[in-house]
Amino acid sequence: MAKSALLKSSIAKKVAMALSGIFLMLFLAQHFFINMTSVFSADTFNSISHFMGNNPLVQYVIQPILILGVIFHFIMGIVLELKNRSARPISYAKNNGAANSSWSSRNMIITGAVIFAFLGVHFYDFWFPEMVYKYVDVNPLNEARYFHELVAKFESPVRTALYSVSFILLSLHLWHGFNSSMQSVGFNNKYSVALHKLGYVFAIVVPFGFIFIALFHHFNH
Amino acid sequence: MKLTLKIWRQKNAQDKGAMVDYQIDGIEPDMSFLEMLDVFNQDLMGKGGEPVAFDHDCREGICGMCSLYINGEAHGPDRGVTTCQLHMRMFKDGDTITIEPFRAAAFPVIKDLVVNRSAFDRIQHAGGFISVNTSGKTVDANAIPIKKEDADKAFDAASCIGCGACVATCKNSSAMLFVAAKVSQYALLPQGRLEATDRVLNMVAQMDAEGFGNCTNTGACEVECPKGISLENIARMNREYLSASLKG
Amino acid sequence: MALDSKIPNGPIADKWTNYKDHINLVNPANKRNLDVIVVGTGLAGGSAAATLAELGYNVKAFCFQDSPRRAHSIAAQGGINAAKNYQGDGDSTFRLFYDTVKGGDYRAREANVHRLAEVSTNIIDQCVAQGVPLAREYGGLLDNRSFGGALVSRTFYARGQTGQQLLLGAYSAMNRQIGRGKIKMHNRHEMLDLVIVNGKARGIIARNLITGEIERHSAHAVVIASGGYGNVFFLSTNAMGSNATAAWKIHKKGAFFANPCYTQIHPTCIPVSGDHQSKLTLMSESLRNDGRIWVPAKLEDAQAIRDGKKKPTELTEEERDYYLERRYPAFGNLVPRDVASRAAKERCDAGYGVNKTGEAVYLDFAAAIQRYGKEQVLIRHLDANDKELIIKLGTEVVSNKYGNLFQMYYKIVDEDPYKTPMMIYPAVHYTMGGTWVDYNLQTTIPGCFSIGESNFSDHGANRLGASALMQGLADGYFVLPYTIGDYLSPDIKMGPISTDLPEFAEAEKNVKDQIDRFMNTNGTHSVDYFHRKLGKIMWDKVGMARNEQGLNEAISEISALREAFYKDVKIPGVANGFNQELEKATRVADFLELGELFAKDALHRNESCGGHFREEYQTPEGEAQRDDENFAYVAAWEYTGKPSDAILHKENLVFDNVKLVQRNYK
Repeated sequence: MAKSALLKSSIAKKVAMALSGIFLMLFLAQHFFINMTSVFSADTFNSISHFMGNNPLVQYVIQPILILGVIFHFIMGIVLELKNRSARPISYAKNNGAANSSWSSRNMIITGAVIFAFLGVHFYDFWFPEMVYKYVDVNPLNEARYFHELVAKFESPVRTALYSVSFILLSLHLWHGFNSSMQSVGFNNKYSVALHKLGYVFAIVVPFGFIFIALFHHFNH
Repeated sequence: MKLTLKIWRQKNAQDKGAMVDYQIDGIEPDMSFLEMLDVFNQDLMGKGGEPVAFDHDCREGICGMCSLYINGEAHGPDRGVTTCQLHMRMFKDGDTITIEPFRAAAFPVIKDLVVNRSAFDRIQHAGGFISVNTSGKTVDANAIPIKKEDADKAFDAASCIGCGACVATCKNSSAMLFVAAKVSQYALLPQGRLEATDRVLNMVAQMDAEGFGNCTNTGACEVECPKGISLENIARMNREYLSASLKG
Repeated sequence: MALDSKIPNGPIADKWTNYKDHINLVNPANKRNLDVIVVGTGLAGGSAAATLAELGYNVKAFCFQDSPRRAHSIAAQGGINAAKNYQGDGDSTFRLFYDTVKGGDYRAREANVHRLAEVSTNIIDQCVAQGVPLAREYGGLLDNRSFGGALVSRTFYARGQTGQQLLLGAYSAMNRQIGRGKIKMHNRHEMLDLVIVNGKARGIIARNLITGEIERHSAHAVVIASGGYGNVFFLSTNAMGSNATAAWKIHKKGAFFANPCYTQIHPTCIPVSGDHQSKLTLMSESLRNDGRIWVPAKLEDAQAIRDGKKKPTELTEEERDYYLERRYPAFGNLVPRDVASRAAKERCDAGYGVNKTGEAVYLDFAAAIQRYGKEQVLIRHLDANDKELIIKLGTEVVSNKYGNLFQMYYKIVDEDPYKTPMMIYPAVHYTMGGTWVDYNLQTTIPGCFSIGESNFSDHGANRLGASALMQGLADGYFVLPYTIGDYLSPDIKMGPISTDLPEFAEAEKNVKDQIDRFMNTNGTHSVDYFHRKLGKIMWDKVGMARNEQGLNEAISEISALREAFYKDVKIPGVANGFNQELEKATRVADFLELGELFAKDALHRNESCGGHFREEYQTPEGEAQRDDENFAYVAAWEYTGKPSDAILHKENLVFDNVKLVQRNYK
């Protein structure tokens, strides 16, 4: 391990970026499925939310890991971006990046930063009130409140629009991020073509599904 | 053809350098890009100017000496070719062509469009070989059968010409494709497996020390690589590196 | 001075073994005290540098490119010969030896060629051990192909990039030694003179091409591996930077230059397209395995094609003249390079040439596509009457074999060679002549060795395809490491050689003076202007066919051009910095001398053999006519001040093992 300087090497950073990304995608997937239930059944949504909100494993183990994962992914992204910029001190007078790579792959730092900013808004909207509700005010358990809180938030057209735009950027981030993470962990073989397609499906279905949920509640309540 | 050329001029490594505009006439579509520059330089010298320095040697796309970032792309707009194989028929009369050196902190400019790519050599010194003595007293060549598929893949990786287009085109100036090509070639062959662990660790360490950026999988290198070296090699190197790190 | 080739005694098959058994060796501890300079990092120089370093010598390697990996060996396409007889088709060391001597038109030294054939098999073992990805069959064993001038399949290859893969193998061996500090690599350096101390080569003067600094480097021996001098023709398949300067400088310091007129004109190159042409591109000879060469049988068809009124595909079989198959039924399209080149020139001179300039013939794959397509249809049990399917499958096979070459052709010519025949024409490719060396690969200057294309030794008057790679690696990996040890053994106690010796100062001054002269001439023409003129004289008068009158004219024209060059060349920029025009000037200055000696050698050789064709000496059928009685010797020229005043020394060639006959490929 010493010889490899595992944690310092460029490849190790890349793998760390990928693994944290994969972890966040898994989180996103479960978040998506739970939210999707709100479209079909307020009760189902409430009961799953209640479970997630009060299960000690979720609350005290997974939640902190998730937050650290987000922060790690973000900081590592910044660190890599700075290092990569310093690798080309004089930039090209003319660069035709579109000729050889996708916009999303070249602008992960932009889509990532927007998503990070969005997470701030999202925490402000849901997470902080939830924390205050549970741990500061120590309100009694109320299994039925989650659906109403969700619907209430999407009454505002501004917030709904803000969420929708952020999800479009999330889609762009995932468009490159999903497949990039597979490549980074060394997965590139005969199954890759199929996996790539899955990646693109994921990058579209999940963010646009979130948009659908937001719009659904905005217009239906 | 009549063209406007915007060319990076820089007297030497210390000079700051700048883009300079030139006009040129009488270019024929059958000329190669470098022949166009030859004609341009002769013209420039005739007018008392100093010719534009650019690297080139074999002019048949195999030595890897030529470089140039043309209209925002390494080796210009054509695919699967080096600059020396790029022909003027890719351009139109009246075009403006921007010509810059390959840019990377690890590829400092020597003069005009000529850069120093010795960083690539140093990465190879760190492990780009199989430690076999050159006495010729090895086993018979056919004593090591190699699956054709593996031999072909190893060849595909080995066809890298070390031109540096991958670095030049990568938004991060990453040398991963170059290093991965060599690591892959040996990783795919039984002769190379014996030292696979040390090789990948040492070559990557040297790559990082040279100041190349990190790979973010944009895939631009694969598109611009004149030899079509596949991203599969980078994935393979990632795997090799991970398993070597765990072993080492 | 009498030439001593130092060929060991004994039967030819035992010479090399006996020699190795009796030479002086240097013990490993003493090798550390000996320095060797290697100039050039192609197959010969790269393999020599790696091997010498591995043995323990301190190697200082030089190349003008930015990395040793870029030496022009990298461009060799077709393959490398070795007498492995893996195909069981009757190959053997003797047969490879015989084919090489015969292919060289009986102007090579038997002992050297036999040694080459002997070590050829080691090269393949070595390269495979190094991880060179040579082509394999589905069973996992190495594949072979056949090549011009041979009746067996002994050519190993790595698609169309064999030279690249072998060079990268040698480069990797060098890298290992550079990493260990045993090779000190000097990239972007050009050797501009040899330093001789007490009659022995002890160092070089080199210019750092980045800083312009003139540097002194000392060693106990100097190895020149700088390749051939084909660029004396300006247009050739050589790299733009390929030059004869190192070889010519040692010639001027006392190394004899042998057989400069033996130049290989390669038959399958992409024709010249215009005046702007900077170099010529070779299409591998392996294409002749499947391509059929032809010109229109009727002059009016040739004219119509030149005028763009007819297309080659419109001509019926009867309207085509497959002239190689017609003239040489036994070898057909696979005759040796010199024969194929001259036959193309003969047809074009007679007015049958096909591109705009009239200097091109067709290389046609339509028949091969048909043949392979039909084969595939049978193998796959498909419809044998489906013509489109046959073409599609045949095209796939041809593409698998030659895809990269076809793509290269397409990029340059902008015509699809799968659909219309390729156009090809001969171009200068390889120089069999070079510094004279003895059996030890030592020049007439003690301590100065010459290996690979830069020496003259193994190919006689014509080189067979896939033999250059073999010779370069044989010299570097397996021959020089022995012979140089024998030479160095008395020097073990000498210690490092000082670069402060007056001989270094003098050589350095000469180099600086020459550079100052160039910088201060301030004439009116660029270096290329003179180089192109030289090339034209060479191609027109010392090219594929030569005659007395033309050669005499060439000698005086080159001499005059040289004078004009020194008076009227213009070098912009500075001497103490990166200056590509200055680099070119130092190279062209030497070509302007070499060209003159080249013509003189061609003039004196009153016979036709291999790559040297004198119009006065041909058979009634137009074949080359050798004169073994008077010219079965190596012409080694001693420099005396002016190239055309060089003194001729003869090394008589003795053939004990091969009977001299007229080469017959009919």
